[in-house]
Amino acid sequence: MNQVGRNIPRLEVRAKVTGRADYTHNLRVPGMLYGKVFRSTVPHGRIRSIDTQAARELPGVHRVVTGEDIRKLIPEPYYGPAFHDQPILALDKVRYVGEPVAAVLASDPHVADQAVQLIAAEYDELPAVYDEVAAMQPDTLVHDVLRPAGTFADLKHLQGRKGTNVALDYHLRRGDVDKAFASAARVIEHTFKTQQCLHLPLEPHVAIAEPGDDRLTIYTSNQTPSFVRIEIARLFGWPENRVRVKIPYLGGGFGSKVYVKLEALVAALSMLVRRPVKIALTMEEQFYMITKHPTTFRIKSGVDKEGRVTARSCEVYWNGGAYADIGPRVTQKSGFTAAGPYDIENVSIDSYALYTNRTPAGALRGFGVPQLVWAYESHTDLIARELGIDPVEFRRKNLLRNGRPQASGTVLQDAAIAEVLDVLVGRIGWSAPFDRGVGTMRRGRGIAIGFKASISPTTSVAIVNVSADGSIYLYKSTVDMGQGSDTAFAQIVGEVLDVKAEDVRVVAPDTDVTPYDMGTLGSRSLFHMGTAIRLAAEDARAKLRALATEAGLPEGTNYPPAEIFKKRYGMQAGNIIGTASYVPSYKSPDLQTGLSDNVTPFWMVGGAAAEVEVDTETGHVRVLRLINAADCGKPINPGVARTQLSGAAVMQLGFTMSEAMQLDGGQVTNASLADYKIPGIGDIPPMENELVAAEQHSGPFGAKGLGESGTFGVSPAIANAIHDAIGVRIVELPITAEAVLRALRAKDGRPLDDE
Amino acid sequence: MSARTINFTLNGQAVTTAIEPHHNLVELLQRFDLFGARESCGQGLCGCCTVLVDDKAVSGCLYFALWVDGKIVTTVEHLDAGGALSNVQQAFIAAGAFQCGFCTPGFVMMAHQLLKQHPDPSDDDIRHYFSGNLCRCAAYPEIIEAVKLAAKAAM
Repeated sequence: MNQVGRNIPRLEVRAKVTGRADYTHNLRVPGMLYGKVFRSTVPHGRIRSIDTQAARELPGVHRVVTGEDIRKLIPEPYYGPAFHDQPILALDKVRYVGEPVAAVLASDPHVADQAVQLIAAEYDELPAVYDEVAAMQPDTLVHDVLRPAGTFADLKHLQGRKGTNVALDYHLRRGDVDKAFASAARVIEHTFKTQQCLHLPLEPHVAIAEPGDDRLTIYTSNQTPSFVRIEIARLFGWPENRVRVKIPYLGGGFGSKVYVKLEALVAALSMLVRRPVKIALTMEEQFYMITKHPTTFRIKSGVDKEGRVTARSCEVYWNGGAYADIGPRVTQKSGFTAAGPYDIENVSIDSYALYTNRTPAGALRGFGVPQLVWAYESHTDLIARELGIDPVEFRRKNLLRNGRPQASGTVLQDAAIAEVLDVLVGRIGWSAPFDRGVGTMRRGRGIAIGFKASISPTTSVAIVNVSADGSIYLYKSTVDMGQGSDTAFAQIVGEVLDVKAEDVRVVAPDTDVTPYDMGTLGSRSLFHMGTAIRLAAEDARAKLRALATEAGLPEGTNYPPAEIFKKRYGMQAGNIIGTASYVPSYKSPDLQTGLSDNVTPFWMVGGAAAEVEVDTETGHVRVLRLINAADCGKPINPGVARTQLSGAAVMQLGFTMSEAMQLDGGQVTNASLADYKIPGIGDIPPMENELVAAEQHSGPFGAKGLGESGTFGVSPAIANAIHDAIGVRIVELPITAEAVLRALRAKDGRPLDDE
Repeated sequence: MSARTINFTLNGQAVTTAIEPHHNLVELLQRFDLFGARESCGQGLCGCCTVLVDDKAVSGCLYFALWVDGKIVTTVEHLDAGGALSNVQQAFIAAGAFQCGFCTPGFVMMAHQLLKQHPDPSDDDIRHYFSGNLCRCAAYPEIIEAVKLAAKAAM
């Protein structure tokens, strides 16, 4: 039965349109207390005192908990995926405004809320550092000593390092850039910046911990159930099987719900009071949980007389905020693609993860790649313009093609970079005549392409269970947060076992039941878990055949599974369990050169073409057309895939045009949807979305991940189009009307006054 | 704060409950195990908590529970009370008009109100009506398509 390639609706559509879909948000547990968090009001300081007396005395308050209370329960209460640097509640110091300092528990959440207002903390304030480049100097230290987790072998050398805000530095050296710059016909350099913004899923973080006799169950809106189990068990010094993590649907994630977020706090609180505890963040509190790295990217290219880029150096500074989260991984994993999808002989990359006194930054739909593409595609466009070469022709001349080594040394395979560029150029009509507008309304067009390596090393395990009537269960720990993974996986199972995808029961992540998975992140699920599921389904198929033989059924005939079970067990009884794990091969980059000939199991490719109209009197930019293209291999479900491409592009459009966390003295001043504008229905330009014809030969039925690809090209395509329209270059996101007007006025020699 | 008793019609049934004056409509509905209206932004900006009170769409997060006393409240859970999904719900499925589904009940409820007032809405009507509904997955093009499908089905 052909299940792969079908445009079926998501399996859970009915539950979602009727409002009955399960989210952690809906869940209540008998005896449950609500927790509310008291947060730091200073960006950096030593805690002098926390006065909780008035809060404790408020009728209805069950308990007020501080970091010291938690330290009595968990001697080393620090967590994090790359560094064990984040205290469950602040200890000794606070490092950003909004950091959790104390928690109040009450049966009535309004009472808990009111009690939080009665807590008073005093701090000895310390100087703070907010800027990623300034943080390179060790004048203000966010952490006294680095505390890398043991999880990653390539972070071990950082253990105990002192006197620095650099959590990780990654360096890549390919060829000899200095020599190549010296002999280049032209050397061109620019600096680009991105802002702090955030995921803002409409379901804010929420988690419940329920203690049992000798174990703990955690219900949470989280993208990494297996990691949560392991990390919570580590904090308590328990074996993994004493922690159970259950995850229903997520109301969006986008990278904000990876690794441990609220889970350590609810776990510790529930163990302290021996009652279930629920914490649900407000929209405002999301601004103090996890964000996207602001970056500064200095990029320099040497070009020969024929317009070939011969050398490129990249210095990228990632503003990781107060705790490392997964930032050091972003620095390295995305860092090595910083020179872009171009075939360049000499490359140097220096990528730094920095601690600052801001809300921590982690992974946001692209794992750092959108920040990189913003810089290298703006830079590439500028070089073409300076050389007087058509930007598309310049890209084609320098494009990295399959069979050629990428900067890391890994040979490019199954990456439809040229095809994505061709689709964009064709759809926008690059060579056709174009109305450039008149007077104060000017029009321009821009194109940008980007690529990304997938996450590695990484493991996924899947179980396919055929029951006695032939109906099928799939157990996996991938979290469906809207991307449609449950549906795509059911299609893979259906394809292998010859059943309709709609008839496959996909079991929600529950670590007592569903096997290990590294996490739902980095667009890895369809490729990694999808492969594990294909293999598990094939294992089940082979075992069914063996069972038929065992039952004495003649070979070479296809018996319905129900008949095989009945024949073998004499009644409707038994199971067939197919299992498989998938671990792609990987070689860690050399610590000195940053090189590896096997750095990723697959490449993701995405790009955008934009047509804009700029009002030169106000700086207002209107996107008239946005074309998005990506290579997702052969899509399992083309309809769902196209909505992923479109949704990712719109999200990046928000980060391009409006979204920015405003800071004043370390305080976020626009922490609400009223003041932090995400795209609404009126902000959507006419869009076209195309999945290019491609195949990932190592992927399940030729497919690979897509969740992030739509973000890559949007920001630079729009900046390039603005440049095309008015001859002005925007080098910092977001591209507000004010930014455009300032740039225009500066170019005309009539700069606007600073605010 | 003392609780007060209110009487109202909830999804076609007369109900009585005691509620505290600071509770909002979303909290009231949760008491009846109705979770389709969801508090997200808490400021009436995202539309996730949209429910109908006397047939008019309101933001449940900004609407005091006490105010429904004597009124008729309809939530997304009532739309398929007869067993079949409404035109709007079917159209949202056909158009693939959501991803994570968290905002979907709000859009569905607002779409019902829109179609009641504009049986054949233009793109601009649709954009105007949904200016108070946000979808972070950005299924907006599909939502517009869904509303048009639902309008066509009703004609």
